Amino acid sequence: MDTFSLAFFVLAFLIVASAIFVVSSKNIFHSAIFLILALSGVAGLFVMLHAYFLAAAQVLIYVGAISVLMIFAVMLTSRIADKEIRHTNEQVGIGLLISGGLLAVILYSLYNTPFTISDQPIAEGAGMTLGRLLLTKFVLPFEVVSVLLLAALIGAIIIARRDTKTGDSVPPRPIPLPKSLQQAKGESES
Amino acid sequence: MTVGLPHFLALSAIVFCIGVYGMLTRRNAVGVLMSIELMFNAVNITLVAFAHYITPQDVTGQVVAVFTIAVAAAEATVALAIVLLIYQHHKGIDVDNVNIMKW
Repeated sequence: MDTFSLAFFVLAFLIVASAIFVVSSKNIFHSAIFLILALSGVAGLFVMLHAYFLAAAQVLIYVGAISVLMIFAVMLTSRIADKEIRHTNEQVGIGLLISGGLLAVILYSLYNTPFTISDQPIAEGAGMTLGRLLLTKFVLPFEVVSVLLLAALIGAIIIARRDTKTGDSVPPRPIPLPKSLQQAKGESES
Repeated sequence: MTVGLPHFLALSAIVFCIGVYGMLTRRNAVGVLMSIELMFNAVNITLVAFAHYITPQDVTGQVVAVFTIAVAAAEATVALAIVLLIYQHHKGIDVDNVNIMKW
């Protein structure tokens, strides 16, 4: 067994084990910690697949930002003393059935699909090519994603902000109905 | 036994199904979000593995993975803001109790 295979199986074990802990741990804080471990393992897989930019982005965005966001949410919402309450709903059986069936279908189709593995050498300077593609061929999706991120930023602030005077949370105001619809609603109620 | 594309795809399928299981069975809303992040990562593994093994001269698969990461970040931000709002209104983030949009 060569080093590549060994590294793959070590990382695969790490990712799968910590993913199972993420979904089954009773303490949600432990779930967050194991999520960081699983995401780091995925970054290792990206390095093995020669996607160095993505590995760096994975560490920066997932391990750095999203995990911190998750831990913030855990700290702000759940009480650590809540450990003894049930952490799963009544759908454990059907959830196992659905995910197991999905796994069986995917693995079956994977086993029966012939993949044409290319024998060309791996392109040098993939990071440079990636940057060039983002600003030439994929420039429209790139800009759309940046607008999406801006919208998500503003939306998150609007949703979670508090009133500066009373300290209460300010839910987004309901959109008023148009005049014609308001009249129709009033008539139907009267 | 050499590790190739099917190994990466199988690992990705396993992680995705673990995420599906967590999303279906978790009661804590933050736990559901974590499961969704796992599923995003499984899809990213698939994209990068295909890009590496099928088209080694082309990095388009990696470009799509970059977009996936960006969309996942946006999703996590908005979803966590909604979770905080639900916590303030319901005094808990048990998704079984948050069925106000169901009629």
